[in-house]
Amino acid sequence: MAASLIRTTTRAALRAGASATPKGAGVAGLTFARGKATLPDLSYDYGALEPHISGKIMELHHKNHHQTYVNSYNTAVEQLQEAVAKEDITAQINLKPLINFHGGGHVNHTLFWENLAPKNQGGGEPPSGALAKAIENSFGSLTEFQNKMNTALAGIQGSGWAWLVKDKQTGSISLKTYANQDPVIGQFQPLLGIDAWEHAYYLQYQNRKAEYFKAIWEVINWKAVEKRFS
Amino acid sequence: MANTFSLPPLPYAYDALEPIISKQIMEIHHQKHHQTYITNLNAALAAQSVALTSNNIPQVINLQQKIKFNGGGHINHSLFWKNLAPNGSPETNIDHAAPSLKTAIEAQYGSVQKFTEAFGAVLLSLQGSGWGWLVSNGPGGKLEIVSTKDQDPVTDKVPVFGVDMWEHAYYLQYLNNKASYVEGIWKVLNWQTAEDRYLNGVEGSAVLKL
Repeated sequence: MAASLIRTTTRAALRAGASATPKGAGVAGLTFARGKATLPDLSYDYGALEPHISGKIMELHHKNHHQTYVNSYNTAVEQLQEAVAKEDITAQINLKPLINFHGGGHVNHTLFWENLAPKNQGGGEPPSGALAKAIENSFGSLTEFQNKMNTALAGIQGSGWAWLVKDKQTGSISLKTYANQDPVIGQFQPLLGIDAWEHAYYLQYQNRKAEYFKAIWEVINWKAVEKRFS
Repeated sequence: MANTFSLPPLPYAYDALEPIISKQIMEIHHQKHHQTYITNLNAALAAQSVALTSNNIPQVINLQQKIKFNGGGHINHSLFWKNLAPNGSPETNIDHAAPSLKTAIEAQYGSVQKFTEAFGAVLLSLQGSGWGWLVSNGPGGKLEIVSTKDQDPVTDKVPVFGVDMWEHAYYLQYLNNKASYVEGIWKVLNWQTAEDRYLNGVEGSAVLKL
């Protein structure tokens, strides 16, 4: 995942290094030289998830919303680097919500695009193997799991995401919801995420979000979820 | 059976805020979104009534967030409809409609222009769903720009006016360009209602009785 999120290019590294250098310590410049986050390509066309998610939604969601998270994250990280260089702890702490929100938006959407797939690339094909077994053990059946995830999605009060997660300590899987762009970090590992922000469905489904939650299972890429699980 | 809440009618036609807010948005926002908050609030209050009768304390506690969210949704939207007015109507002219509030805004923010910029910045920095509000700490009191998340209502100050920053409030028309929505909202802001709330609180002529 990390590799697809942060793509270091020579140019970006030089730019980051160069911008940090005049501030003094050459070591600091090296330390903070890092690649900028970039918008990952989708592995399918914008229209490929139709009729479940419209091409227009996919295009706006990817090219505009996700791109804004990427840009704003890069800006926040630049400011963080400046604050670190100045040893300004207050400024660093101030930046935390921005880094969490925009960094989370970048991480969440990157995972989301990967756990979706068009029908002709396996979208909607049920999971198999160890993941299928884990879902059965934890939720009774795939259908039961989907019902519970849809209930969790419908219950989000405001913007947010629902995730199937794996507990890193116990290995067990469970359902969790996260507010706004809070990413799945810490004790839990993200397996499957569904975006419940209104921008993810509104142009097609308006206030009928239950229809979106029902439809999205037709384009879930369970192969990607299996990969994360194993 | 306790009283139940019902959808308040809009004080103008669905298309009255065009071209700033489209008829389609107003229809869905009022008839579907606001109605859903009311339906869920009534259900939560009915469940609470049962839980209170049976002394089911965990259930009473469990219901409080639902009441806050859906009750807040009902309160916020009720305030919002009333603090909007048809594009070009006399109510949207701050000079004529809100002399006292305008003076207070100028005294605190320097100018109306600076105030709208500061208000816009708060709206655009919301992370997720929520509202921006101009609040005062009592009739004719000190002003403050605040934001509330999701459907949290303003409960400890006077909400002079609010702007809905949920995506459903603008997405069908403005898509991800929420800055344009924020810029346009001033053209349909009901300064008359704002003035009235500023001077009299929400117990005045802009009554919100739940």
